[in-house]
Amino acid sequence: MKLSYAWLKEWVDVPWDASELGSRLTMAGFELEGIVTGAEDSILELNITPNRGDAMSVLGLAREVAALSGKALTGPAPRPVATDLADAFPIKVDEPAACPTFCGRVIRGVDNQAPSPVWLTARLQSADVRSVNPTVDVTNFVLLELGQPMHAYDLSTLSGEIRVRYAHPAERLQLLDARTVDLSDDMLVIADRDAAVGLAGIMGGARTAVATSTRDVFLEVAYFSPAAIQGRARRFGLHTDASQHYERGVDPTLQLRAMERASSLLIEVAGGRAGPVTRVHSGAHQPKRGAVGLRRAQLARLLGTSIDPAAVKAALIALQMSVREVPAGWEVTPPPHRFDITIEADLIEEVARMVGFEAIAERAGESVQQFARLPRERAPEASILEVMSARGYQEAITYAFVDPQLQQRLFPERSGLVLANPIASDLSVMRLSLWPGLLRAAAENRRRQQERVRLIEHAVCFAVGDGAALEVDMLAGIACGERLPEQWGVPRDERAQVDFFDVKADLEILLAGTGTEDAFTFEAAQQSCLHPGRAARLLREARPIGWLGELHPEIARELDFTYPPILFELAFYDALRVAPVAYAEVSRFPMVRRDLAVVVGDDVSLSALRERVTLSSSSLLRQCRVFDVYRGPGLETGTKSIALGLIFQDFSRTLTDEDVDQNVASIVAGLRVSLNAKIRE
Amino acid sequence: MNDAADLVVRALGAIASSADLASLDAVRVHWLGKKGELTAALKSLGTLPESERPAAGQAINAAKVRVQNALEERRVELERRQVERELIAGRIDVTLPGRGEERGGLHPVTQARLRIEALFARAGFELAVGPEIEDDFHNFEALNIPANHPARALHDTFYFPDGRLLRTHTSPVQIRAMLARGAPLAVIAPGRVYRCDHDLTHAPMFHQLEGLAVGENVSFANLKAVLHGFLGAFFERDLAMRLRPSYFPFTEPSAEVDISCIFCAGAGCRTCKHTGWLEIAGCGMVHPNVLRASGVDAERYTGYAFGAGIDRLAMLRYGVSDLRLFFENDLRFLRQFRAF
Repeated sequence: MKLSYAWLKEWVDVPWDASELGSRLTMAGFELEGIVTGAEDSILELNITPNRGDAMSVLGLAREVAALSGKALTGPAPRPVATDLADAFPIKVDEPAACPTFCGRVIRGVDNQAPSPVWLTARLQSADVRSVNPTVDVTNFVLLELGQPMHAYDLSTLSGEIRVRYAHPAERLQLLDARTVDLSDDMLVIADRDAAVGLAGIMGGARTAVATSTRDVFLEVAYFSPAAIQGRARRFGLHTDASQHYERGVDPTLQLRAMERASSLLIEVAGGRAGPVTRVHSGAHQPKRGAVGLRRAQLARLLGTSIDPAAVKAALIALQMSVREVPAGWEVTPPPHRFDITIEADLIEEVARMVGFEAIAERAGESVQQFARLPRERAPEASILEVMSARGYQEAITYAFVDPQLQQRLFPERSGLVLANPIASDLSVMRLSLWPGLLRAAAENRRRQQERVRLIEHAVCFAVGDGAALEVDMLAGIACGERLPEQWGVPRDERAQVDFFDVKADLEILLAGTGTEDAFTFEAAQQSCLHPGRAARLLREARPIGWLGELHPEIARELDFTYPPILFELAFYDALRVAPVAYAEVSRFPMVRRDLAVVVGDDVSLSALRERVTLSSSSLLRQCRVFDVYRGPGLETGTKSIALGLIFQDFSRTLTDEDVDQNVASIVAGLRVSLNAKIRE
Repeated sequence: MNDAADLVVRALGAIASSADLASLDAVRVHWLGKKGELTAALKSLGTLPESERPAAGQAINAAKVRVQNALEERRVELERRQVERELIAGRIDVTLPGRGEERGGLHPVTQARLRIEALFARAGFELAVGPEIEDDFHNFEALNIPANHPARALHDTFYFPDGRLLRTHTSPVQIRAMLARGAPLAVIAPGRVYRCDHDLTHAPMFHQLEGLAVGENVSFANLKAVLHGFLGAFFERDLAMRLRPSYFPFTEPSAEVDISCIFCAGAGCRTCKHTGWLEIAGCGMVHPNVLRASGVDAERYTGYAFGAGIDRLAMLRYGVSDLRLFFENDLRFLRQFRAF
């Protein structure tokens, strides 16, 4: 809110200049957000937290300044106006729980044509409130000054009576801002005999509004319970000063005073004669201010410091609390304007605020050293990201909501969680995979002339299963552009586009970090967004944990990629959980290597070939490496030659040629029988 | 024995004028080979009279040793020259760049988060996590923010049709951690959070750090010490810190945390809007209603909680002025943060 320094001065003798006042209020919980200093006045822009509705007025802040400075609260003395009229408009409150106090008064013969005097419009202007007509201006003035919302009706438009009730089903109301709203039966309204004339505590209606032609007015000053107002304005997208005050709590003892203040100001600026105040008051429904206990011991324990009991008492009294000393501490009754003091901690905060948070010295907590176990099942995130960085990948962070069209295109058979109120239509569905975000990020980088892109992301994806959302941590990546950054010394033919096997190598290096690289297998599999012949499902001990593949060429074209990018995605913890290393003995005897060129059908996978080799050999075979794959002249079409390097070694002796020959013969025989393989000489 | 002396002079001359190892070898063969001149001179000793033989033999042998030594010396020298020539020929331009892959890097927000996690781990805080799709209970109710509470209006919540929501802060992890572990405990919970808001300083998804410590005598004084210690460690300097009273429904007392501006050391600059202070976190003593909602005895235990924006901490650490840059994933931006 905006606070006029000069206006505040009318209410309390501020011992500080405007800038010092701003600092003091900031350190008391009312943050100064800006200050505009003019020739005659300074306007402070203050952030009032939602628990302090009582401070959203000149009076409210004057109370705080008085408490902080020790100065007395002054302010214009309450001055009841003479009642020259006998008119009293009938008021009926059907809902005393929602409206415990309602005051009304008729004022006749107001001149609403003339503009408001400059002093009044200047005060309004200090709070960015524009002048409308004298009657409306006065009600706004009283709201700014005392924090009491008011409403003025054109008396000639009201029929019969004022009634405070809940809206009827299907009742409608045209508001001051000309919008017509449909009401529900938990909306408190002010009505006359015919219909609702205003949303209680939020906004008046158009039909009964005060205009410049208005001569006779009916003033309303009410206390509505916060619970009856909270959340209602927001339903209509409204955020009015009145609703803000009522939601946070208006001083329930302020209504008569505000009515007199408004009446005297109105008569002063626009003339008129006042009738008596009609007050409908339900004592039983007034908010209760029960005593709250404050224990000395708890005060010291929560703050971690002890505060002089005299200072505690003085601070609370300065805040207009009534304080009674009891053996354990104090019994404190907050004043009616404070809605935020209900428990001991609330009082502790008030005491701390008054003595100043800076008065509480820092103190290290009592701690006895304890070892927490490292979460063994957790994958070491920093190392994983660092490995991928060293392989050229840059970590990205993309939004968790993605474009539904793109996601649908990639995963037509799955559906994501849809947001009810997305920020944009292309950010409206929760990601099923990190690929939509990474594809978009890669495409945008290419638009920025970054041709070679390698990105990874580690984040949660949202799958839908059994009605519940499953959040799964994923590590995904994308690679497009040349295999290597542009550089000298790389032969032209090696300046190829990145392919499946380049990225597979990145994954193999990453997965080797789990200590169980042999547990991982890649099997050819289909995924609709990937090239049907260049996609693999990744398994760890036969359990699916991820995908690697080339983006489907059609989708690549749609997304403007010259060459399809390579994508991978791993279930972060399942794939990258680290197994503790168990040491295995190293043989001291020499290795023997034999190379074999095996010709098999094109459809025979390396893993099938390897499996056969392992089955047909003895335990002396340590490794089976692949050092070439050849198709072309010299071979029948539909076949390929795979060159294997077989490495044999024993733990107890040096192998003889016979040992090795026997093994090779057995492997060769096995391959011939099972895979119809030929050995190339 | 002028012959021998003459032979030596001629041989040494030939050795000295040999330019490479091949011609040196030819010189060796010419003088010391089977048909070499010195070999021949030795063989010719037999033709001398008996009395002259010893002296002549001695002279020729001495000549042979001199020639052998000279040959060896020359060979070492020529080999040295050869190596030198090879080294000169093999010189490379060391200013050419290395070949292979270039380095990627971690996102600056991740770097800030990992740094925060490491610092708090040293102070004995454990890591806690919670889901990003939350229910009303954990995100609001249990945090003392009932339906219609004015504070809800400040949260700009993303909802799903079934009433669940994207968590608006990491504070629900407080509830989950207390329900799962009970008191006493000290945890931090970094994570993604969401608000329906987008401008220069707001992104619809961002990162928060939540901290929570609950024990029998955990105090506001402890909270101040922990925050000041952390902020000094994070920014690697002595900072002034101040706490201002504020309001959060889930803490009481509540405070905003300011540090002296790290760009102007408190003198006043654009970043701190000439106040000398930067707002960096919110904190307070856990509200008894929150302890109770989390199954913790609110009489026996007290606790503090704090929350800070990881993105903001990263922005300040790296001097980034527009939050949205963190989520554009522009390689030209990201590559600047490749350092460990």
